[in-house]
Amino acid sequence: MLTVNRYKCCYCGACVGVCPTCALELVETFIEVSADCKECGICTKICPVGALEVKA
Amino acid sequence: MSMKCDVVVVGAGPGGSMAAKAAAQAGLRVALLEKRQEIGDPVRCAEGVGKRVLSRMVKPEPEWIASEVKGARIYAPDGTSIVMSEDRGGAEVGYVLERKVFDRGLAMEAARAGARVMVKTRAIGLLKKDGVPFGVSAMRIGEPLEIEAPIVIGADGVESKVGRWAGIDTTLKLKDIETCAQFLVTDTRVDDQYCEFFLGNDIAPGGYVWSFPKGEKLANVGLGILGSRSKPGEATRLLKEFVKVHFPNGKVLEMVVGGDPCSGPIESTTADGVMLVGDAARQTDPLTGGGILTAMQAGIIAGEVAAKAISSGDVSREGLKEYEDRWRSDIGKGLARSYEFKEFFVKLTDEDLNQLIGSLKREDIAKMDLRGMLRVLFRLNPRLLWELRHLVV
Ligand SMILES: Cc1cc2nc3c(=O)[nH]c(=O)nc-3n(C[C@H](O)[C@H](O)[C@H](O)COP(=O)(O)OP(=O)(O)OC[C@H]3O[C@@H](n4cnc5c(N)ncnc54)[C@H](O)[C@@H]3O)c2cc1C
Ligand code: SF4
Ligand code: SF4
Repeated sequence: MLTVNRYKCCYCGACVGVCPTCALELVETFIEVSADCKECGICTKICPVGALEVKA
Repeated sequence: MSMKCDVVVVGAGPGGSMAAKAAAQAGLRVALLEKRQEIGDPVRCAEGVGKRVLSRMVKPEPEWIASEVKGARIYAPDGTSIVMSEDRGGAEVGYVLERKVFDRGLAMEAARAGARVMVKTRAIGLLKKDGVPFGVSAMRIGEPLEIEAPIVIGADGVESKVGRWAGIDTTLKLKDIETCAQFLVTDTRVDDQYCEFFLGNDIAPGGYVWSFPKGEKLANVGLGILGSRSKPGEATRLLKEFVKVHFPNGKVLEMVVGGDPCSGPIESTTADGVMLVGDAARQTDPLTGGGILTAMQAGIIAGEVAAKAISSGDVSREGLKEYEDRWRSDIGKGLARSYEFKEFFVKLTDEDLNQLIGSLKREDIAKMDLRGMLRVLFRLNPRLLWELRHLVV
């Protein structure tokens, strides 16, 4: 599962731009993950603060 | 709830506000949607712009400008530096803006031209009939709202969805985005006269560190690294390291993070009833990361083309072709060239970078623009830059 650490996230939207399945949405100050997430981990690499993690 | 207008612009950044202003000036009924409750905040930008191009499009208000710079200084990994002055340094330096004020100022201009600005209003999809968009569905302060309009301009930034909803694949590959972190630093060591650029694969792999002055001993100190060479949290970690070394007593007053597209021009930025503008269209300069001015330029064109399409009644992709043609001829060529430079420069080792900057040390590059400087670089380092020869003639 992809987890978003809300205490770290700075709501910049970079992760949204790289997600190949359009599974992320930046709603003002938080990130929503939809069921389309394939847990590929691409977004975790781009996050400037390390707020995203794919957990088993 | 529902409403009708001629054009819906999604996103009130510089691209969206200029599009809304141009369309409203041409007499269209315009809605400018912004999902944030405060336009321009939080910032995700180093705020540097070229004076000349900015002043061609708007009259810069004094309160938009945090500082004016004298020029640019570039540091090689070994510490060698060269100076380029502002009027020769090209588009990236000139003013350092206060974007919270600037973005709001541009939205204000759109409003004064007649656009309806709607904050805390997030587009969540396109309204479609037989597959053809005719507006957007949105959430306005938590309540659903449908806005019907023959034309939708997607100016929704790096996180853009409008293109994808319209069938345009704008997904950025990791090699085509810079992941960035920035601190607003106050320190006696800050150079508040020059924009500084620090190169090196250790300090910013596939990107660079910048220091853009914002006032007395105050600067945006940040870095971008190539997504394909990043790992979780890497941008912030590297920035902390850089600041510790260069500004050991520096105090951090603000933190900024963000993603900056560096894909070069994408295949299509139009669909039936849809135009994309600015970061949403990936119109950022891939070499420098600058995207404020290109977003504004494209925004103006999109607003003007919207007016023509509405009056001719043809809002199909074909009817919007003028937008595609005009932005590609005005800014697209430069962006494509920058992309080739970026693809080349991200491969250079620190030794290569030292050689290139070092070779300029004895040259008088004072009267040169970026292109002229690259020409000198090519003359001095033909073997290293062989791949780029077609760009430098
Ligand atoms: C760290 C960093 C440093 C940079 N430094 C510079 C620099 O020094 N100089 C320079 O020229 N450029 C710089 N850039 C690039 C520059 O910030 C962007 O290119 C520029 O902001 C693009 O403008 P825009 O109008 O296209 O998008 P944005 O300014 O990103 O505006 C998009 C707007 O759309 C809104 N939005 C998104 N989705 C929706 C939705 N569904 N509904 C409603 N609203 C929505 C967003 O909230 C946002 O306000 C930098 C970028 C980064 C990340
Ligand atoms: S990239 Fe990281 S900081 Fe930016 S919005 Fe996504 S999770 Fe938040
Ligand atoms: S893990 Fe992959 S599919 Fe899931 S949100 Fe991140 S980028 Fe998208």
